[in-house]
Amino acid sequence: MKITEQEIRRVAELANLALADHEIARMAHDLDEILTHIDKLNELDTANVSPMAQVLYDAEETATLRDDVERPPLGNAAALANAPQAGAGYFKVPKVIER
Amino acid sequence: MNFAECSIASVRADLLAKKYSARELTGQALAHAESENPKTNAYLTFSPERALATALEVDKKIAAGDDPGALAGVPIAIKDVILTRGVRTTCGSRLLANYIPPYDATAVTRIEQAGGVILGKTNCDEFAMGSSNENSAFGPVRNPVALDRVPGGSSGGSAAVIAQATAVLSLGSDTGGSIRQPASFCGVVGVTPTYGRVSRYGLTAFASSLDHIGPFARSVRDAATLLGVIAGRDEMDATSAFAPVPDYTAALARDVRGMKIGLPREFFDGLESETGDLIHRAVDVLKSLGCEVREIRLPHTPYAIATYYIIATAEASSNLARYDGVRYTARSATAQTLSEMYRQTRGEGFGAECKRRIMLGTYVLSAGYYDAYYLKAQKVRALIARDYAEAFQQVDAIAGPVSPFPAFKLGEKVNDPVAMYLSDIFTITGDLAGIPCMSVPCGATAAGLPVGLQILTRHFDEISMFRVADAYQMASN
Repeated sequence: MKITEQEIRRVAELANLALADHEIARMAHDLDEILTHIDKLNELDTANVSPMAQVLYDAEETATLRDDVERPPLGNAAALANAPQAGAGYFKVPKVIER
Repeated sequence: MNFAECSIASVRADLLAKKYSARELTGQALAHAESENPKTNAYLTFSPERALATALEVDKKIAAGDDPGALAGVPIAIKDVILTRGVRTTCGSRLLANYIPPYDATAVTRIEQAGGVILGKTNCDEFAMGSSNENSAFGPVRNPVALDRVPGGSSGGSAAVIAQATAVLSLGSDTGGSIRQPASFCGVVGVTPTYGRVSRYGLTAFASSLDHIGPFARSVRDAATLLGVIAGRDEMDATSAFAPVPDYTAALARDVRGMKIGLPREFFDGLESETGDLIHRAVDVLKSLGCEVREIRLPHTPYAIATYYIIATAEASSNLARYDGVRYTARSATAQTLSEMYRQTRGEGFGAECKRRIMLGTYVLSAGYYDAYYLKAQKVRALIARDYAEAFQQVDAIAGPVSPFPAFKLGEKVNDPVAMYLSDIFTITGDLAGIPCMSVPCGATAAGLPVGLQILTRHFDEISMFRVADAYQMASN
């Protein structure tokens, strides 16, 4: 096995993802298969290859900066319109700090 | 009204000849789409108010003698990962079942400015993750050509509406083949433009270094026209390219004599025989048109799937972190603490494929694994891009299959994620390299299942791609 159920639980914590017990077992099986396929990359020597993080094209370094001109933002009401819970102009979440 | 025979040009001509008004056409198109939709489940939401408002503007312009725009009155469908202000946008996810975007994607804005009429939003795999449209929280789309089969994915609904003639044009998104593969499975034209050619402002992010918006249409001509409308720099997307947008329709109806076409040997491994035969027959048509065809090599193709499923899932795990129960409509009803709210909202909301990709992406980025997986994949991505750069020193365009096989049956691959992933082998390398690529229909198997010919060209050389595709489509019709 390339990945254990214990590791799956740890990664699920990192990802803030609640998984049921049956999902953990299935996830371990699926990720194991995928990681086994991914091992294929080790056939390649990439010691002298620079990583490609983005598709690059020619443009001046500052080309993506727009003029610093004020413009109306989305607005508080529109930004909150899809909130599961909102109040007083804010997104509301369960209490984090007790008084 | 026979929507299967509508094109951008025919709609424009009819509107200008006063055969019908844009409002009449829109009303008919909506009624037709709504009555046909239960067969395929391709639309998730219709937007009649918005459609009729745009149509009214087109009618006013025509009445005033003004130019009604390049897409005047044309019925268009938008994949449901692309934001439409005031019109529900679900991304195929339970999490966003009630999400109403507060702004429009730039591509949507440009379509409406050109007079295009947005009929509604199309079904897709959840957050565009899938190759069969079976990962939608709102049920799969059925392939209009064979209703027991998948339409492909993830833009299955956007391909299906063209094949079903419930829209004349549509927009999809492509991260690993999500436009070309469904276009191939449904027998329509689907275009993935150069990375950065079309603004992604308002496209729900999946894997940001790979995501594209692109058009579907019946003809190469209509796809080229739609791309011309949506392409170009947008200051709301810093990754959108500055390169001027040429007139893509100038690529059409041109001689292709002497164009050099490369056939990658690696794209002919593991093809189903009928698919292979149809691709070879299409290549024979290109030869008969005067193209010079030669074999080329793209030696790192066998590493594409592994590379893609590291990079795409790593980026997705980060992009999908925002669906945490705070801002986007859904929140677990049982969570008591902040941490439970995050974990349970996501656990209850995401479907199996999204969970799998979030987990894989989180794993490959986690401490101790970053170099072995993510950095390694970025290096192999550079090798795959180099393969293409070297090939384009010898040829003007590359041709091959889109998929190793035609549309498969609903349910056939749903329990085998690796088999599903491997079916994207010929589309993924184009996304990794960021080059333009498209699918153009090249016939059907004995069972009547469509097959698509893929054409790929250099960065920003959509002109050559459309030139080859249009010449092929004209010769084969």
